[in-house]
Amino acid sequence: MYSEQFKESLALVEASREKNIALEPVRMTADEKEKVLASFHPDYKADEFETLKIGPNKGDKVPKELAAILQAHSRITADSVCLDKPDYETDVLVIGGGGAGASAAIEANEAGANVMVVTKLRMGDANTMMAEGGIQAADKPNDSPAIHFVDAFGGGHFAAKKELLAKLVCDAPEAIKWLSELGVEFDKEADGTMITTHGGGTSRKRMHAAKDYSGAEIMRTLRDEVLNRKIPVIDFTAAIELILDENGNAAGAVLMNMETKELLVAKAKTVVIATGGAGRMHYQGFPTSNHYGATADGLVLGYRAGAKLLYAETLQYHPTGVAFPDQIFGALVTEKVRSLGAKLVNKNGEVFMHPLETRDVTAASIIRECSERGNGIDCGNGLGVWLDTPMIEKIGGEGTIMNRIPAMWRMFEKYGIDIRYEPILVYPTLHYQNGGLDINVNGMTTNIKNLFVAGEAVGGIHGKNRLMGNSLLDIIVFGRNAGINAAAAASSVNLGKLTLSHVEKFEKEIAEAGINTDTVSPKLLPDYTKKR
Amino acid sequence: MEKTVNIFLFGKKYEVPENLTIMTAMEYAGYQLVRGCGCRNGFCGACATIYRIKGDKELHACLACQTKVEDNMYIATLPFFPLVKEVYNINEISVNESVMMQLYPEIYACIGCNACTKACTQKLNVMQYIAYAQRGDFEKCAEESFDCVMCGVCSSRCPAGISHPQVAMLARRINGKYLAPGCGHLEDRVKEIKNGDFKELIEALMQKPIEEMKELYNNRDIEK
Repeated sequence: MYSEQFKESLALVEASREKNIALEPVRMTADEKEKVLASFHPDYKADEFETLKIGPNKGDKVPKELAAILQAHSRITADSVCLDKPDYETDVLVIGGGGAGASAAIEANEAGANVMVVTKLRMGDANTMMAEGGIQAADKPNDSPAIHFVDAFGGGHFAAKKELLAKLVCDAPEAIKWLSELGVEFDKEADGTMITTHGGGTSRKRMHAAKDYSGAEIMRTLRDEVLNRKIPVIDFTAAIELILDENGNAAGAVLMNMETKELLVAKAKTVVIATGGAGRMHYQGFPTSNHYGATADGLVLGYRAGAKLLYAETLQYHPTGVAFPDQIFGALVTEKVRSLGAKLVNKNGEVFMHPLETRDVTAASIIRECSERGNGIDCGNGLGVWLDTPMIEKIGGEGTIMNRIPAMWRMFEKYGIDIRYEPILVYPTLHYQNGGLDINVNGMTTNIKNLFVAGEAVGGIHGKNRLMGNSLLDIIVFGRNAGINAAAAASSVNLGKLTLSHVEKFEKEIAEAGINTDTVSPKLLPDYTKKR
Repeated sequence: MEKTVNIFLFGKKYEVPENLTIMTAMEYAGYQLVRGCGCRNGFCGACATIYRIKGDKELHACLACQTKVEDNMYIATLPFFPLVKEVYNINEISVNESVMMQLYPEIYACIGCNACTKACTQKLNVMQYIAYAQRGDFEKCAEESFDCVMCGVCSSRCPAGISHPQVAMLARRINGKYLAPGCGHLEDRVKEIKNGDFKELIEALMQKPIEEMKELYNNRDIEK
């Protein structure tokens, strides 16, 4: 139930619903898209970015908040940690317990390597768990990996590393098969045909889902498999620095118990960074749909050790974060809501765009509607537009919402809004880190040997914008890939003497560049105490 | 001035704005959370919480990130509960009720008290899905338990010591792997790719200049 302040606009939305359902909104031309992005997308706001003064990407612009943690002090000094008696020794060290880390661990174990996982919270505490809408794979007869490639390459502004994207789309059907064989329950017709829908920017219906718990279903299954394989999981333990050997190759990590603050040393022949995204950095003050631990740790660890970043200046703002009620402000409203037919409607009850443009274009268009055009609705914490969910039941039939997006229904129902009968209020929310560490197609960083990266911490797979459903896909494809290749590489590694000299060197660079900062990184967790 | 309520965190009183969730109220009170906080969106089950409103006999369970504070709410978090997770090889298990007898025999000691269902933070019919598991009806168990976030509150209330979320996890994996219908078009596509059917097409795309790719992208036909 909406209070009085929304009633007037709500009545207009309801009065126009039948007409709006019938309407087929035109898609924007390439020029129109460019224009709305340049004027309204947060990535294009020059004064929100800062030029890096040190490190492998010196001279590049990144969000101010990221620059601060990339050019910050270490949590340790190089001489304060004894590397001679490691607390753990393993072939493959996986940092991060999300979908990419779990996939890497399973494949490394399958390949016969000793593998261990460290994660700063619990196994499965990750953005993977929160991915709702689905996972792309071109497995229908009217589709092909080539069409998938074109969709993703164009959606990412023709900036993706082609060989990474080619691997993503070509390995996609195999990834779905692998997950199915692990027991992931995809939505299927009675004859086994996958139930697939569109996502923003797809030209074929290739979004596979497990209701709107797609990521949760994948994550809990992968976690169960990690435990079945008795792979050691060191939880509530963060990696706070990489360890290199005297030859400059990755050789482990310094770990910190999140509760006791005890420091530990893990020595490894190969390392996989699978630390996820950065939503909790709240770039430009945006709320986020991300997990509590999404603080760009892997980028910091890699950068300090000398690994290059790619496209760290591009972030994804998911068009539909919750704008009301306050208690779930910024939470994700899955794109699947629009895939199932709900349209975006302004305060006058007008459909102002095609609901399935790519995410960056849709987000920019919503921001334009709420700013320049003055057609937003005051939601208390900021402006928003309507997402007319009752359309879904009218188009797909009664029961569609409970069948296909039960988590969305549940989330709003707790605050007295029944999305089957009432529309919801949305505004863009910080959702995904498009950029990250630069890797080759084998998953290894381009300039540090035996350092692998998988999942959201990678940059370049998607270019400068990611399509819905390609992230759940990339954590599986590149997670597995990293695990397989890290295990293979480990078999021929002879580690040299361990060192933290890169940490010392980085401190010197900070001083020499005249950077005056009290910040230490990785940040590990946001601080929300007394902030409300 | 926003309206406030009194809440009791582990018995200690704090005055907090009434529009907060239990989780944000804890942070408002000054707690920097490490345990008991995960996705903050109701998917991960990290923030299982039990509470009682002063003067009310009934004990409630909820997720702290999904529940608004109320006046005189006595709150204790349950950031970890020792669920029993049995290990098994998904490729080698039997897919009838004998697997439950083997791995989770305690489900047959269910006394039908329904405390699990009453405690579920997702309002699932927990006792019913355990009943399906007892009978080896894994498809129904999977369906009934699908929205489970594995917070463990059900198990904390169970006099028979059942680890309900783990039983359901096993049932879902059996259902997904063995009972759900196979997918022909997926198998076909995997074979085609292994056979190299798309190799040339993809390589040709990778060679194309950006302008041609733009042309291709902007004029591609989109399935209705």
